[in-house]
Amino acid sequence: MENRKIRVLIAKPGLDGHDRGAKVIARSLRDAGMEVIYTGLRQTPEMIVEAALQEDVDVIGMSILSGAHMALTPRVIELMHESGLDDVKVIIGGIIPDEDVPALKSMGVSEVFGPGTNTDDIVKHIRTVVSV
Amino acid sequence: MLKTFPETLVSQLLAGNRRALARTITAVENEAPESVEILKTLYPYTGRAYTIGITGAPGTGKSCLVTALTQHLRKQNKTVGIIAVDPTSPFTGGAVLGDRFRMRDLSGDSGVFIRSMASRGHLGGLARTTYDVMRVMDAAGFDIIIIETVGAGQNEVEIVKAADTTIVVEAPGLGDDIQAIKAGILEIADILVVNKADSPLVQNTVRALKAMLDLGHRQRLVAHHGQLMAQTDSTGAPEYDFREVPIIQTVAINGQGISTLVEAIDAHRSYLAENGIRQDRQRARLQGELIARLKETLLKNLLDTVPDETFDQLIESLLARQIDPVSAVQSLLNPQRPLS
Ligand SMILES: Nc1nc2c(ncn2[C@@H]2O[C@H](COP(=O)(O)OP(=O)(O)OP(=O)(O)O)[C@@H](O)[C@H]2O)c(=O)[nH]1
Ligand SMILES: [Mg+2]
Repeated sequence: MENRKIRVLIAKPGLDGHDRGAKVIARSLRDAGMEVIYTGLRQTPEMIVEAALQEDVDVIGMSILSGAHMALTPRVIELMHESGLDDVKVIIGGIIPDEDVPALKSMGVSEVFGPGTNTDDIVKHIRTVVSV
Repeated sequence: MLKTFPETLVSQLLAGNRRALARTITAVENEAPESVEILKTLYPYTGRAYTIGITGAPGTGKSCLVTALTQHLRKQNKTVGIIAVDPTSPFTGGAVLGDRFRMRDLSGDSGVFIRSMASRGHLGGLARTTYDVMRVMDAAGFDIIIIETVGAGQNEVEIVKAADTTIVVEAPGLGDDIQAIKAGILEIADILVVNKADSPLVQNTVRALKAMLDLGHRQRLVAHHGQLMAQTDSTGAPEYDFREVPIIQTVAINGQGISTLVEAIDAHRSYLAENGIRQDRQRARLQGELIARLKETLLKNLLDTVPDETFDQLIESLLARQIDPVSAVQSLLNPQRPLS
């Protein structure tokens, strides 16, 4: 009778702007049957990793518009490692220059989704990388 | 994912490892096969935490109130485990769990642990496994466990069974005040909170609540074979709960009224202890749980012995009016007796 659900943390780190994109993603993942913990704007890497640990999520999704991805991402991944969360997948959405994508992936990011990504592709990716 | 043996997980949890706590909660929430062993091992360590239930209509400020309350309890050096339940979408089986978003001021405190839960189709304001998750947090050693129910504003009676102190949160300006205070929700309140007391309409809500409380004595809900019911004539003279339910005004977003609320919780806690009520309630709760689990197991054991075809045939016979439901049950319980 085991009832397993994919759990995803959606966070919007950094100090910039709005979280409309993050909310759209959160709703699409819900509509795909996942449980989404929505943590909203201005999340520090410490807050994100703490929430991911307590909520025991399978995936951390970060929406980054500010261009701070090259600073925020390694910090999140370092903290994840310190907390023993190496098996949690990280996906990034937002405005990320193409040339940064390989560097992010070599840090351990599982996928980067640019603006205008079809949300179905995000769902498909999560289902592929998370073994249920 | 790396498989950790339940024994390892449990000993890490008891040693205060937060990752082990989180993973144990997942196993229990998912009713994974190892959860039976986990709950069995943890049971002797439970029964120590004081549990507070927070319920009320959507948007009344429950999550903000949990945050303010927790900040106050932390100043008293009490550790706090929080379980926040949000509804699962009945159409997709998914959920957006938004309570944690309102609790961000609690982050970075190692004396607090927040876990969001989706209701997963269970009605009554909690998830099916919320009570077991509470036990896990209890065993992990938190002094206080706070549970925020799904905000439906009616019929969240389940929290009464789970919590020592049940707080019902109202707020002014949620349409018709009386409408928001549906029958049933007042009966379950040990403490009433009128949050958003910074609103000019607050006195209307307080007045409406007072009027409803004055309408009569509250009938105490008693446990009868695991179900909460108001005592009726057939079970002897009704037992009334003469304890006055305090109405407390708060502004969760700036902490106003929270110390009064904490005093009210402490007073209720003493009241439960001094009158032996906490013990009575725990006994009733365990009796209810035992009966519910017994029903579930007996049903499962019986159905395991009935071939699908027999079951389907019986349904057809019921549809065709060849047998009535009570006789159908008899025939399942006595398979050797041929269907008449
Ligand atoms: N003015 C005012 N606003 C408040 C107060 N407490 C909460 N709010 C606001 O009310 C809104 C809802 O607060 P929540 O704490 O999320 O309410 P909730 O009852 O947990 O909502 P659900 O979990 O969705 O049922 C937020 O915008 C809060 O900022 C208060 O005391 N005064
Ligand atoms: Mg809430």
